Amino acid sequence: MSTNNKEIRIGFYICHCGTNIAGVVDVDKIREFIAKKDNVVVSRNYKYMCSDPGQELIQKDIQEHRLNRIVVASCSPLLHEKTFRNTLEKAGLNPFYLQMVNVREHVAWVHSDNEKATEKAKALCNAAINRVRYNKPLEKKRVPFHQDVLIIGGGIAGIHSALILASAGKKVYLVEKKPTIGGHMAMFDKTFPTLDCAACILTPKMSAIKENKNVVLWTNSEVIKVEGYVGNFKVTIKRNPRYVREDLCIGCGQCIESCSYKEAKYPDEFNLGLSKRKPIYIPFPQAIPNSAIIDDKTCIHFKMGKCKQMCLSACERNAIDFNQKEELREIQVGAIIVATGFKIYDPQKEPEYGYGVYPNVYTSLEVERLINASGPTAGEVILRDGTKPKSIGIIHCIGSRSEKANKWCSRVCCMYSLKLAYLLKKHTHAEIYNFYIDMRTPGKMYEEFYDRLLMERVHFIRGKVAEVTDISLVKEEEGKLILRVEDTLASVIRRIPVDMVVLSVGLEPSEDTQKLAHILNIGLSAEGFFQERHPKLAPVSTFSEGIFIAGCCQGPKDIPDTVAQAGASAAEAMAMIDAGYFEIEPITAHVLDEFCSGCKSCINICPYSAISYDESKKKVFVNETLCKGCGTCSATCPSGVMKQNLFEDDQILNEIEGLLVYE
Amino acid sequence: MSSKPKVAFYWCASCGGCEEAVVDLAEDILEVVKLVDIVFWPVAMDFKKRDVEALPDKSINIAFINGAIRTSEQEEIAYLLREKSQLIIAFGSCACFGGIPALANLYSKFEVLNDVYIESPTVDNAAKFLPQTTSIDNNGKQIELPEFYSQVRALDEIISVDYYLPGCAPTPKLIANTINMLLGDNLPTAGSTLLPDIALCEECPRKDSKPTDLSITEYKRICENLVDPEKCLLAQGFLCMGPITRSGCEALCIKGNMPCTGCLGPTSRVVDFGAKAVSMFASLSSGKNEEEIEKNYAQVMDPVGTFYRYHLSKSLLRGKLERGI
Ligand SMILES: Cc1cc2nc3c(=O)[nH]c(=O)nc-3n(C[C@H](O)[C@H](O)[C@H](O)COP(=O)(O)OP(=O)(O)OC[C@H]3O[C@@H](n4cnc5c(N)ncnc54)[C@H](O)[C@@H]3O)c2cc1C
Ligand code: SF4
Repeated sequence: MSTNNKEIRIGFYICHCGTNIAGVVDVDKIREFIAKKDNVVVSRNYKYMCSDPGQELIQKDIQEHRLNRIVVASCSPLLHEKTFRNTLEKAGLNPFYLQMVNVREHVAWVHSDNEKATEKAKALCNAAINRVRYNKPLEKKRVPFHQDVLIIGGGIAGIHSALILASAGKKVYLVEKKPTIGGHMAMFDKTFPTLDCAACILTPKMSAIKENKNVVLWTNSEVIKVEGYVGNFKVTIKRNPRYVREDLCIGCGQCIESCSYKEAKYPDEFNLGLSKRKPIYIPFPQAIPNSAIIDDKTCIHFKMGKCKQMCLSACERNAIDFNQKEELREIQVGAIIVATGFKIYDPQKEPEYGYGVYPNVYTSLEVERLINASGPTAGEVILRDGTKPKSIGIIHCIGSRSEKANKWCSRVCCMYSLKLAYLLKKHTHAEIYNFYIDMRTPGKMYEEFYDRLLMERVHFIRGKVAEVTDISLVKEEEGKLILRVEDTLASVIRRIPVDMVVLSVGLEPSEDTQKLAHILNIGLSAEGFFQERHPKLAPVSTFSEGIFIAGCCQGPKDIPDTVAQAGASAAEAMAMIDAGYFEIEPITAHVLDEFCSGCKSCINICPYSAISYDESKKKVFVNETLCKGCGTCSATCPSGVMKQNLFEDDQILNEIEGLLVYE
Repeated sequence: MSSKPKVAFYWCASCGGCEEAVVDLAEDILEVVKLVDIVFWPVAMDFKKRDVEALPDKSINIAFINGAIRTSEQEEIAYLLREKSQLIIAFGSCACFGGIPALANLYSKFEVLNDVYIESPTVDNAAKFLPQTTSIDNNGKQIELPEFYSQVRALDEIISVDYYLPGCAPTPKLIANTINMLLGDNLPTAGSTLLPDIALCEECPRKDSKPTDLSITEYKRICENLVDPEKCLLAQGFLCMGPITRSGCEALCIKGNMPCTGCLGPTSRVVDFGAKAVSMFASLSSGKNEEEIEKNYAQVMDPVGTFYRYHLSKSLLRGKLERGI
């Protein structure tokens, strides 16, 4: 295959990669083979092309031999395409005149027959030579970056990210769905493995959010629409009415006391229904914002329209406002951090554990409240039937590591089960049994914590509990909950009667995850958590540039890991903001305007909503900042007017031809 | 002989529609006849092959060849006309892309002959004779007959072609324009198709009724459904090839309430018409995964005949190879 263009001068370089490539592929043979091809001016092999001398070799050749196309046969472009593009740029050549051939991962590492591997390398190199003739110069574009950041979710992840960004002087919008921030951590009494008081370490951070001038906190609010692109997101947020003005309320509680309901009657969400609240309430004493809220589903005024409105008159600051309406706010931000956390597995899906049937079966989260000094029983473990337990069974892995429920290990349940075992023992002096499949305690001081528990005379039984039942077989079992389990270490089936059962429920994607994925245009992994861009190298980035994920919304994890991710997201967002602009890869699609028939076939299939129809011109156009270069539109475009930079038909077809006919 | 430009018309594997189209120029044909000398037109005038052979090389100004190439005779005349003509125009979809005859490339030569000469219910051929390349005439003299090739080819797969005028058949207006253009001084770029390089939607009167979020759940057949005469046919679920096909016909079929079948062929930027059609319809399908899209596609009765109606010979896959016969 030859082109008439005399101007094309190709330099070809095949890398040995030590013996990685040269040990399998005959690099001399390839060099000689390519040297004979049309337009090839220089053909070389070299030990390490990516090394400084390797790159200098290319640069020198470009200048001396007036090369204007470069083919490097080495490793995966994922690793070194950037390197070699820079090399071209430094030598004054447009970086997109580079074509790479992956003779390491695609050839040397996957074949053992050297001769055949060399043949394959020949074909691949020839294809690249064929293709590079058609490569065109492309220009990178820069778009300015909006300085503000949106954080969705006010758990420990969202709080931590917000404080870091705010301390760096960035304006942060923190949007929380619930009436208060704090997330799950606010519900705990102590945290493993150090057993420090959760409130003591969390609430100062919550107050800092309230105090910080750079943070705009919108609780009781939801993100409903996100438009735009990295650096320029336009976000619509729905602020649900609180019916109490946050700016006036100081959380004195007068309104709650004087509410027409003399007794609290409705299940208290924060205590997971273990206590009752009135229609007007403050979720918990350290809630932020520390402001009351009226639940319009239970408030007499909203239900019947005729209440004496005792709260209204009780409030000296006139903070109650029954006329508050839902409000839509539109903001502009440059980056978004998603920190919407998790929800716990619903154990009623596995009726054999008796949750919802036997009152003394609890979820672990309920127990967190039960042993909490500010919880429904002020920290005293009093069961639903009013008794105090003398024996307690804690069952690990509820809803986790199971074919029936979720396949994944929820990572924190072993550790919090140990924590709960410890705390329950301290609170009740009961006999504690932990039923586990495997004990998973990876983490700093975690195994040591387990060792400590072994000393505390907590019983550990290795085996998955088959059933929780109240059918007694012997006298000692009467009136108890009996756990049937195969003790796999002793190889016996055991029945263990207890007064209280704790189900260590696993972590699942939070309710809104799918909806948010759609709104934000970010992916979900197979389990339904948000998908990170790369499991190792980009753990808090997503496939949508400028959108980051932190904490349990990315997958189950403990507080230290959550906080680490929150910090990482804040840093990544900051790096983008401080650059002031965002560079977009020119590998995007564009329309040959003159020839577009306006058939609209491409609009709906663009996964990034980058294509729109211009009603006046009756043609489509691509927003290059939104375009990710996936190529779907150019494959679809029925009249070939949608062109994908660097992946144009002549480039691909000639590459294929070069692959099929290479001698 | 006069100094008027010399013009030839010839037909190969074609239905005769293209010839009809030339005649359809009606009074305008007389204008053409006035302007040119017709030196060869077997369908309408009594010229013989030897008349053409007698002409000096390149003495014909323009030769219009319609129909695809299936036999040795068609090939021979194509070579001859190439030798004698300055410009060769592939006239009509069969000459340009193989056309409907090229759909026979899905079958081997034997399958075609067997079907036509032996299996066909209206044929009485107990001795199972198949066409031969030699025969003995009534006087006992051996005669040569054209050979039936194993593949149907477009004209430019046999000889080089200067311009293309696709259409099944090209409309009289397009023919008149073409002749005028070729007789004028400004010849278009060699090798070009004498049609706008933009798809039919551009000139379709129903363009505005096409939604931007088109998603097709059911592919309908024209013979089984009522057709809304105003609304975009694709939006109604009919397989309209308009977005893939060149414009220039002034959306004749659409105006007749029939979907475009693609006779004007793809734009210059598309390599394989049918492949483009398949990929476009897959994109328009409401199916969200491979399985759903396949289910959607299963409603298309004759996929090759629908997507490659005129272009099989010019497709990347081309058809079926004859093996072992
Ligand atoms: C029973 C139990 C005990 C645990 N004990 C410990 C422990 O001792 N030590 C430890 O290290 N880890 C412990 N963990 C793990 C710990 O809870 C998590 O690591 C931590 O809560 C993760 O924080 P997060 O901010 O990612 O999520 P969350 O705490 O779940 O916070 C998410 C926040 O986002 C909000 N939100 C959700 N959806 C939206 C939306 N659409 N819009 C706006 N806001 C939204 C939620 O209301 C919530 O406030 C325990 C977990 C459980 C279940
Ligand atoms: S952390 Fe322990 S209890 Fe939780 S799912 Fe994993 S193994 Fe099971």
